[in-house]
Amino acid sequence: VRHTVLVLSGKGGVGKSTFSALLAHGLAADETKQVALLDIDICGPSIPKIMGLEGEQVHQSGSGWSPVYVEENLGVMSVGFLLSSPDDAVIWRGPKKNGLIKQFLRDVDWGEVDYLIVDTPPGTSDEHLSIVQYLSATHIDGAVIVTTPQEVSLQDVRKEINFCHKVKLPIIGVVENMSGFVCPKCKNESQIFPPTTGGAEKMCQNLSVSLLGKVPLDPQIGKSCDRGQSFLAEAPESPATLSYRNIIQRIQEYCEQHHLQEEKIM
Amino acid sequence: IAERANLAGVRHILLVLSGKGGVGKSTLSTELALALRHAGKRVGILDVDLCGPSIPRMLRVQDSAVHQCDSGWVPVLAGQDKAIALMSIGFLLERPDDAVVWRGPKKNALIKQFVTDVAWGELDFLIVDTPPGTSDEHISTVEALRPYQLLGAVLVTTPQ
Repeated sequence: VRHTVLVLSGKGGVGKSTFSALLAHGLAADETKQVALLDIDICGPSIPKIMGLEGEQVHQSGSGWSPVYVEENLGVMSVGFLLSSPDDAVIWRGPKKNGLIKQFLRDVDWGEVDYLIVDTPPGTSDEHLSIVQYLSATHIDGAVIVTTPQEVSLQDVRKEINFCHKVKLPIIGVVENMSGFVCPKCKNESQIFPPTTGGAEKMCQNLSVSLLGKVPLDPQIGKSCDRGQSFLAEAPESPATLSYRNIIQRIQEYCEQHHLQEEKIM
Repeated sequence: IAERANLAGVRHILLVLSGKGGVGKSTLSTELALALRHAGKRVGILDVDLCGPSIPRMLRVQDSAVHQCDSGWVPVLAGQDKAIALMSIGFLLERPDDAVVWRGPKKNALIKQFVTDVAWGELDFLIVDTPPGTSDEHISTVEALRPYQLLGAVLVTTPQ
């Protein structure tokens, strides 16, 4: 695996899985790149639905578990594929969750991968500690932290930023989702989640992390996710698509730069 | 005996759950507490979201500290008339941005303490706000509350 990006938040429901899926789609648009999307949200695995892979099963072979492929160059793994029914609750304590995450990392036969994107559940707990620990031998390029503009989200996201510092995980930057809504009829902009304390922008300034971009609310995003389609492909003209593409590009540039720096050092 | 005593004066315990994050569990827990208080009931909120405790800020008591008494921790009194009893890990953090990076067993221990070691006094309703998921916090909370009168769970979702 050449580049690994963790998608984190601290806060739930801000769009981590949505972003992870679109990052994967965006990177895989380059057919010369091999992309892997790993969903370690064991209690609430959203990736299968968002990627249009609900009902798929995982196959075992001599070389391990096969990821489920959306495209030839885009493979996905999630606990969702291991459930017999999508409504089955995975009610596991930490140690059992850690065990599965280890298996995902060890036993999934990804092959040669340019980008491994890891979607995480909200919080700063077993899953997060484990993924950082288990991936420490390889190399994590960094974390993308997702938030929404309101203080109730930011207060959890600041904790996540501190978590990254604590475990020495570099922060690629912060993405502010649900940042404003433009009415398709009257074109007026509303702040559905008002940034009462300055939003991600102020937080990033205060904590010296990069703001990768702001993505406006677009009802099409939720619809595409529910239908398992790529929002970028379904709504190429949306301002949200433009924002996402810019952010994806910045992440790519960060990873490439990092790689060059590493090669220099070596 | 002391364990039963702290929740002995609580008439109804209700859990606010989801599975999904960001759907408004904490918001609903807070509004429910305020509405019940408005209707003259004695209310408490137990915030067992250890990684992302939102209730203190929602009730404007994020800068409060908890004190101990003989029967355990004294809940923080919040709301306009300071009559909503609240316990959250938010009050135990040295700094509000400190991440609680704990694995399951440590979380379970604190939840047990929150259930048995808080001096709630006489309450009509204790609302338990939970984090997203179906993991340690949920298992431990339900297990710790088993000996008591659990009214039931309110499940919160959004349309998608």
